[in-house]
Amino acid sequence: MIINHPLLGPRDAAEFTYLGDASLINRPDWQSETAAQDFYEYGYLRSNPAGIHRELWFHEAGDRSWLVVTRNTVTHEISNVEMARDVARTQGRSK
Amino acid sequence: MRYSGFQVIKEALTGHKGWKPVWRDPEPQSHYDIIIIGGGGHGLATAYYLAKEFGEKKIAVLEKGWIGGGNVGRNTTIIRSNYLLDGNEPFYEMSLKLWEGLEQDFNYNAMVSQRGILNLIHSDAQRDAFTRRGNAMMLNGADAEMLSTEQILDRYPFLNVNDARFPIKGGLAQHRGGTVRHDAVAWGYARGADMRGVDIIQNCEVTGFRLENGKCLGVETSRGFIGANKVGCAVAGSSSRLMSKADMQLPMESHVLQAFVSEGLKPVIPGVITFGAGHFYCSQSDKGGLVFGGDLDGYNSYAQRGNMPVVEDVCESGMALMPMLGRARLLRMWGGIMDMSMDGSPIIDKTHIDGLYFNGGWCYGGFKATPASGFCFAHLLSRDAPHPNATEFRFDRFSRGLMIDEKGMGNQPNLH
Ligand SMILES: Cc1cc2nc3c(=O)[nH]c(=O)nc-3n(C[C@H](O)[C@H](O)[C@H](O)COP(=O)(O)OP(=O)(O)OC[C@H]3O[C@@H](n4cnc5c(N)ncnc54)[C@H](O)[C@@H]3O)c2cc1C
Repeated sequence: MIINHPLLGPRDAAEFTYLGDASLINRPDWQSETAAQDFYEYGYLRSNPAGIHRELWFHEAGDRSWLVVTRNTVTHEISNVEMARDVARTQGRSK
Repeated sequence: MRYSGFQVIKEALTGHKGWKPVWRDPEPQSHYDIIIIGGGGHGLATAYYLAKEFGEKKIAVLEKGWIGGGNVGRNTTIIRSNYLLDGNEPFYEMSLKLWEGLEQDFNYNAMVSQRGILNLIHSDAQRDAFTRRGNAMMLNGADAEMLSTEQILDRYPFLNVNDARFPIKGGLAQHRGGTVRHDAVAWGYARGADMRGVDIIQNCEVTGFRLENGKCLGVETSRGFIGANKVGCAVAGSSSRLMSKADMQLPMESHVLQAFVSEGLKPVIPGVITFGAGHFYCSQSDKGGLVFGGDLDGYNSYAQRGNMPVVEDVCESGMALMPMLGRARLLRMWGGIMDMSMDGSPIIDKTHIDGLYFNGGWCYGGFKATPASGFCFAHLLSRDAPHPNATEFRFDRFSRGLMIDEKGMGNQPNLH
């Protein structure tokens, strides 16, 4: 697989390590009433779809940036690559 | 028809005209007592034990393709019970004992071969860890033996024991481990179940559940609605996909694992060897092919094929361990979809929906578990209580903090 890095251009997927579902960006609020349940769901439950999946990849052997890759889990086709920090900021995070 | 030496001779003398299809091809009935979804090893074993050991009647196995086309026909066939943790080891030792009597039990030649498995040690820390594991195994009634490098060389003279980076310092052997003909396991259980009246329905994909007031009344399939008192799901890599139809999210990711077979060679590898410093393991099939594999590709996948970096990694590890491998040509490779759970251990449990039961999360180690998984799932389905050897394989262990994490990797499925 080739990941089209927004800053560096096309890179071999072997340069990256994989974390998992991009929903991991949305860390729950630890002060919420429902924090225990929220963290259980955040830590352990995954939608694990067959089809389009947004996921976090880390460019470990490159510029060490985190990317959100949109990939089809049935065909391995990659349709979009974004900087994870841009995704987090558009969701209202400070960094 | 019972298989026996006498039958083989009789058929040989009469032109092999008497062999019958091994299972029927029935139309689905409108209602069953128990439906099992998934005609892999676990689903078929469950149906077999339900009929044979738990006296259940009116059982069906629904398979979307043909039985044995999933992971049970794609794995590298290793059986063993060399686990460390209390939640796991009694279960896997139960499975190994069932393997030992399986062929007599279901009257089918599954080529169970206890040729032994050897986990190699490359450092002092690894020796400590494997010694501890061996002791845990023995405490649970399994066999384990620590071998010296000399003892290992006696049996495996071709190993590269003096590798500069990862010299071989010894190994943990389980002599009762080995390999089994994987397809024959599916066929043997299918035949045994069919003989006891189980309907094995192929080309029948479950597309949804009929749920009413928190109860499961049956399944929607590509061949129409089929009612059931109880429904058991055993679809391995498709678990999240199937359970999403009941609005469930699972503690699981699906990942692809590849396997490789070389051209057929004369016997060179007597048992199963695992490299302790990289991701590589190898055995030789009875047809002569070297059967080997390594790590997951590492990203969520439902494609039953992997990518080149892992192929390279596996072959490099193999070459480091046994340089003779470079003389063999790779003949075939393929992938299977693993139900990787969040702690690397399985789930055999009821769901929150009445009448809906779940079996999955087998990661890349579910083949060896097939007999015990079938037995324990049948126990749960029939008696509504977990089998004593499977009490910890619960859904709620993640929310309660009672993970069974053999490798201590945390909630990172691609690392288990
Ligand atoms: C390359 C590889 C190597 C492995 N090596 C080993 C090993 O050496 N030792 C070991 O112990 N384990 C090994 N495993 C793991 C082992 O193969 C699996 O854990 C085990 O086979 C899973 O259980 P199963 O046999 O029931 O799965 P499967 O055979 O995959 O059965 C699941 C079935 O469910 C069917 N299904 C899915 N969705 C539906 C639906 N909606 N409706 C109807 N049917 C459906 C599928 O078609 C499939 O036939 C390996 C796996 C792979 C891929």
